[in-house]
Amino acid sequence: MPNLKDLKIRINSTKNTQKITSAMKMVSAAKLRRAQEQAVAARPYAERMERVLGSLAASMAGKDNAPALLAGTGSDQVHLLVVMTSDRGLCGAFNSSIVRQARKMARDLKANGKTVNILTVGRKAKEQLKREFQPLIVGSIEDVGKPRLTFDAAAKIAVQIRHMFEAGEFDVCTIIYNKFKSAIAQIVTPQQLIPFALASANENNAAKTADAQLYEYEPDEESILADLLPRNMSMQVYRALLENAASEHGARMTAMDNATRNAGEMINKLTINYNRTRQANITKELIEIISGAEAV
Amino acid sequence: MADQVHFELVSPERLMFSANVGEVIIPGTEGDFGVLAGHSNLVSTVRPGVINILDESARITDRIFVEGGFAEVNGSSCTVLAERAQKVDDIDRLKADQALADAREDLQDAKNDVERAAAAAALEIAEARIHALATSVY
Repeated sequence: MPNLKDLKIRINSTKNTQKITSAMKMVSAAKLRRAQEQAVAARPYAERMERVLGSLAASMAGKDNAPALLAGTGSDQVHLLVVMTSDRGLCGAFNSSIVRQARKMARDLKANGKTVNILTVGRKAKEQLKREFQPLIVGSIEDVGKPRLTFDAAAKIAVQIRHMFEAGEFDVCTIIYNKFKSAIAQIVTPQQLIPFALASANENNAAKTADAQLYEYEPDEESILADLLPRNMSMQVYRALLENAASEHGARMTAMDNATRNAGEMINKLTINYNRTRQANITKELIEIISGAEAV
Repeated sequence: MADQVHFELVSPERLMFSANVGEVIIPGTEGDFGVLAGHSNLVSTVRPGVINILDESARITDRIFVEGGFAEVNGSSCTVLAERAQKVDDIDRLKADQALADAREDLQDAKNDVERAAAAAALEIAEARIHALATSVY
């Protein structure tokens, strides 16, 4: 029979755990809200950037002097995977689902005879990928969103990627991050960064071409595009980081909610066990007293 | 209303300015240009400098310093996308001087072309910022 004192200790420690997890849940909920606000604030910029870029790209289509960031190097031999995770754990399957996707992509690319390089953003990606892909990791960046995710931090990453590209270290760059759908659902999204694929370029190409002719460009299309593409890259990285931050907090919130609930269930079970044991002890003592009295 | 331009200044982190104004003077790469209502459609890059926002009686209401970006003029609206922007009144003279000194130093210490280009860009921004302060009365 379990000792009463041991049970009491277990109940208390589970209660403490529950307090921690529910506090973490609360903190994540607050952080999630902030991350979402930031993502919303970034939207106007992204939308306008996309619109201008769309009309520019449409008017550049068919010309063969498009910048390399848009057109690529003409080869797809060397791939760079930018794997974005969080710095901290305890957020459910958030990190492992990104890493799983990264691993799969790396294996597939290698199987097709391509060269793969990996740039990790966030401590978890590095920790989880280095076991299998240690020689492929060309760099790792940590502490990105501390204390607050800024555009500068994202721009720095983008500049680093761009320098690698200009140095000819890779042909195709893909970022892997979690797209925030809701607090329960995050979607692992690989997004090609270089050469840049316009999301809506094909859908309403005709409309955009019509638009494009209405604009005057100063200095000229090529210069603007050359100026715009690096900015757009920073923006894409920033957006991915924002989505990732929101996803991380969402995932942690859900994970901590589950943990709190499980702790509650465990406390209930343990309390029932404790009460039963206590009752059994009392009954046992009563029997002992009664049988002692009868014997006299 | 027809004589107003809807001007928006957007940075990646927030929408910094959004209002109907009389005229906007934007420091384009190829020279300053003013946008009034009915300006033809235009996309231009912006150099580091000051955006002047004027009301209908051509008085300057706001002066905002941007570190480059690009502008889109479309019908009666004008949008400037800038990665970093601040009001001229908020510029800290000491910090601006410090940034200028740092940029000069970086340019001298630059070892390769990439560093040199980055330092030169920073220097241009720092100089433009000082210039913005110097011309605070238009």
